[in-house]
Amino acid sequence: MHEFSIINNIADIAIASAEKSGLETVGCVEIDVGKASGIEPSAMEFAWEAVRKNTILKNARLIMHFIPLCLQCRTCGIQFQPDEMYTPCPACGEINAKIISGKELRVVAIES
Amino acid sequence: MCDHCGCTDEGAGYTILNPAGKSHKHGDLLVNHDHDHTHPHTHDQDHPHPHDHGHHVHDTPRRVMVQTDILHHNDLLAQRNRGYFEAKNMLCLNLVSSPGSGKTTLLERTIRLVSRHPVFVIEGDQQTSLDADRIQATGAPVVQVNTGNGCHLDADMIHKAVQELNPEQSSILLIENVGNLVCPALFDLGESYRVVIISVTEGEDKPLKYPNMFQSAHICLINKTDLLPYIEFDLEKLKGNARKVNPDLTFIELSAKTGEGFEPWIKWMEKVIGNR
Repeated sequence: MHEFSIINNIADIAIASAEKSGLETVGCVEIDVGKASGIEPSAMEFAWEAVRKNTILKNARLIMHFIPLCLQCRTCGIQFQPDEMYTPCPACGEINAKIISGKELRVVAIES
Repeated sequence: MCDHCGCTDEGAGYTILNPAGKSHKHGDLLVNHDHDHTHPHTHDQDHPHPHDHGHHVHDTPRRVMVQTDILHHNDLLAQRNRGYFEAKNMLCLNLVSSPGSGKTTLLERTIRLVSRHPVFVIEGDQQTSLDADRIQATGAPVVQVNTGNGCHLDADMIHKAVQELNPEQSSILLIENVGNLVCPALFDLGESYRVVIISVTEGEDKPLKYPNMFQSAHICLINKTDLLPYIEFDLEKLKGNARKVNPDLTFIELSAKTGEGFEPWIKWMEKVIGNR
């Protein structure tokens, strides 16, 4: 359950941002979650319920924007968006790709 | 409450044990949420809307862009650790695997075989100092990090453990992470290389089931090769699956029990520390 650590970090970042910008309450916290970031969304929601209590985030919804996995084949150079990390290149069939995006874990914005 | 002294340190999340000195320290979880807003604040900004004092009334929600990596704090601490290791010309390896893959046995044999560099060890487990006790018996300085309920080591734990351990110049620091093929993949500790260990009894499909761990590793040790004659296990199939998630992965096959295959492993360590 590393999602608890991740959620604690999100809460810390959101609270610090709210204080810095003078928000007295937070209504939502938006995050980017890459499909290959190793995060289980249901575990995130479970942890969010526990962590936001008794903080200025107590009424805040957690909105997750999922970023698709994007790979680039190192043999033929094309980019593709597979469901799984180990998908062969649809053009040349090689399994030799590097990750272009899909590992994101980022707090994008907070809203009052 | 702390299992060791009975203290009620509210912020305690993990414990660092030094089996040599019998000391222990608590680390703080990175959670500190409660606070009051009792400070006065001025209203000298130019507000376009009328409002009563006591409560602000904002009809439309205010949006504040943040754009901060969630693991930013851990990554900063990891870079600080990495700088420390590099300044001391150290090689730091983060050993990750599922529980029972033979990490501690592998460490015991590795410590005995590395002769050119002093070896220091950080052991990570949820509970007990059983592994640190085994390492201490080899003569290598070791500290145990008990993560409590935590499922992985993080850079802050390593920072504190290294302060306790005080490793020598040009030494090798081996970090045995919590046995878990999922969570430790996300947390950079500041290591020079990440070493994933898989034993032949775990099945060839593990790299596909736990791609993040294999994708983030630099080298893969395939342990318990002494059991190969007795089980159905296809080494090439395992390597093929691991290469599907990480085409750059290097493999070393060995048996921590018999010592077979340790020469390439020790040579690899001496080569990479020599390149520093």
